[in-house]
Amino acid sequence: MVKQVPDIERVRFDVETGRLDRSSAEGITNPFDLNALEVGVQIKERLGGRITAISMGPPKAESTLRDCLARGADRAVLLTDRRFAGADTLATSYTLACAIQELGDFDLVICGEKTLDGDTAQVGPEVAEFLGIPHVAYVEEVRAFDRERIIVGSDVGRFHYVYELRYPCLITVTKDVNVPRLPTLRDKIRARRAQIEVWDAERLSDVAELNRFGLKGSPTTVVKVFTPISSRRRGVILEGDAGEIADRLFDILKEVGALRIEGE
Amino acid sequence: MEYKGVMVFAEQEESVIHPVTFELLGKGRELADRLGVELTSVLLGDGVGDKATILIHHGADKVYLFEDQSLKEFDPLRYKENIVPLLRDVKPEAFLIGATRVGRTLAPRIAAALRTGLTADCTDLDLDEEGNLIQIRPAFSGNIMARIRTRTRPQIATVRYKVMKPAEPNPERRGEVIKRDVKVIEDSGLRILKKEPGKGVDLTEAEVIVSCGRGVKSREDLVIFKELAALLGGVFGSSRPLVDCGWVEREHQVGFSGNIVKPKVYIACGISGSPQHLFGMRDSDIIIAINKDPSAPIFSVADYGFVGDIYEIVPILIKKIKEQRRTAKNLKFLQHGT
Ligand SMILES: Cc1cc2nc3c(=O)[nH]c(=O)nc-3n(C[C@H](O)[C@H](O)[C@H](O)COP(=O)(O)OP(=O)(O)OC[C@H]3O[C@@H](n4cnc5c(N)ncnc54)[C@H](O)[C@@H]3O)c2cc1C
Ligand SMILES: Cc1cc2nc3c(=O)[nH]c(=O)nc-3n(C[C@H](O)[C@H](O)[C@H](O)COP(=O)(O)OP(=O)(O)OC[C@H]3O[C@@H](n4cnc5c(N)ncnc54)[C@H](O)[C@@H]3O)c2cc1C
Repeated sequence: MVKQVPDIERVRFDVETGRLDRSSAEGITNPFDLNALEVGVQIKERLGGRITAISMGPPKAESTLRDCLARGADRAVLLTDRRFAGADTLATSYTLACAIQELGDFDLVICGEKTLDGDTAQVGPEVAEFLGIPHVAYVEEVRAFDRERIIVGSDVGRFHYVYELRYPCLITVTKDVNVPRLPTLRDKIRARRAQIEVWDAERLSDVAELNRFGLKGSPTTVVKVFTPISSRRRGVILEGDAGEIADRLFDILKEVGALRIEGE
Repeated sequence: MEYKGVMVFAEQEESVIHPVTFELLGKGRELADRLGVELTSVLLGDGVGDKATILIHHGADKVYLFEDQSLKEFDPLRYKENIVPLLRDVKPEAFLIGATRVGRTLAPRIAAALRTGLTADCTDLDLDEEGNLIQIRPAFSGNIMARIRTRTRPQIATVRYKVMKPAEPNPERRGEVIKRDVKVIEDSGLRILKKEPGKGVDLTEAEVIVSCGRGVKSREDLVIFKELAALLGGVFGSSRPLVDCGWVEREHQVGFSGNIVKPKVYIACGISGSPQHLFGMRDSDIIIAINKDPSAPIFSVADYGFVGDIYEIVPILIKKIKEQRRTAKNLKFLQHGT
């Protein structure tokens, strides 16, 4: 599952309203989703199989799916329809889960840990619930896999857990899981010509209740956005030569109790 | 029956209650009192029954307890299968879960099963005039804050660790522990093969943190700042670029996608103060910044800002600390000697 997101490094925010100027940045593929795809490609290289990349979004999200085809996906499905718009994570997950069901049998669903924009990390586990399959989130390493199961590692709480998950199952992966490969020029050209399947709401009518899509199917609403106010501080700014500053710093550290001279 | 009351998920690992739970109980108590409703909590595990009273001491009126061997380790499916029927039964209007990895793995499954709204990673919770939960959370990687409302019930939210004040325990508080029958799932499709020690550094508990950023020019130079951290009995921290380029382990990262820290003293060396970095440290008691650029945003949150070169200032400081300690020791030796 891949999502197109605005490029956070380039995007501009209106400091007054907290609103994001979408025109200020073009869409990129959510970086964690490239790690997710790379996990799939590595499995395919060893065991064979087919990778379907699936994305819900506006028509321009097609470029993200082309990127996936260039990087090793075999098939690409874009869920796009005005009725999907305005979805929160519940409606997004429901729609994606219905599409996965519509695609037929599968072994493994791979998602990014979270997105750069909505940033909830909820879509993966919600899809797993809708599909009724087990999942592990925040996967940091894939230790092994065969045709029945995948073994993954994830830090949870105070420990590093190694889990065995039986297919069909879902994982969400962090950036640590691998380094996504870059597509070759040839792959890029091939992907430019490849076909992207576009599905609308009707396409899912066999498996879905249409009123659970989009805004209608979304229980949460963003009422307001604003920029975080940074806590103002005393803000004593000190300049001087390095020796003076070090002396001052020494005194301050002693004053605030961070530095003890005696008793060492 | 109407949805009423506030419920808190009590997270435990190896029978140790995660401290975010006490923060949730603190906030949950406040919300429940304002609404005039009960605060309940749900605890799952194996042999964790004695922990229920701790939850009561921290503000819970009732604790729903699920105890079984199958719940010894956290398994999102098994936990969900027990919590969902409880929520259907008790019908709280709000259900709060810590935004830890456990919480963020579990909460979406519960929300999807109940087809209700879930707000991620809240940094504040409030009530509107009608008693609906107002959920405040960062989005766009910490660049903006969003206010979110949920029209379904229960309103579920995960809440960030270390942003809310923990409840003060009161050993006199009395409450009710209600044992629930456990739905045992023999095979959930998930099996824990191994449990290895975690990485060990815990920035979130440190009293002093000395952090470096891109102002550091090479990996070898990090020892200077690690030494300062050690001299101050503190922990070494870092901005994200040093982690991304492999100089520093991820556990040391401070910020939006790393650790949220609240030490007594935070010293930022050669860190510009991006929104993502500030997100992780701006609630420190005292913030000291050293940066050669007087317009660096880090100075806007600093109590003490020093405009200068970390490569000049820090070594002098280290030398002075060592010298003074040596003198103090010699002095002590002399005094004892006479
Ligand atoms: C400021 C703001 C705050 C928001 N807060 C909330 C909130 O608290 N609760 C809520 O329910 N909704 C919230 N939303 C809506 C939410 O962002 C959307 O539902 C979005 O479609 C999916 O959520 P996400 O981006 O957080 O995905 P995440 O859950 O962070 O994504 C995890 C993974 O799921 C997959 N994925 C996610 N979206 C898609 C997609 N469209 N197509 C294919 N794969 C996908 C990817 O693999 C991705 O890496 C918020 C939106 C905004 C703008
Ligand atoms: C999704 C997302 C999540 C992120 N999460 C995090 C996060 O968790 N934590 C985080 O830190 N960042 C995070 N970032 C990155 C963040 O946006 C900044 O890029 C980063 O914090 C900058 O790190 P820095 O201050 O070390 O480097 P820079 O911004 O390059 O600042 C270096 C500073 O050092 C000063 N300097 C240079 N040489 C010296 C010298 N000799 N003496 C004194 N001062 C000197 C310079 O004046 C400058 O101010 C995230 C970004 C994104 C998009």
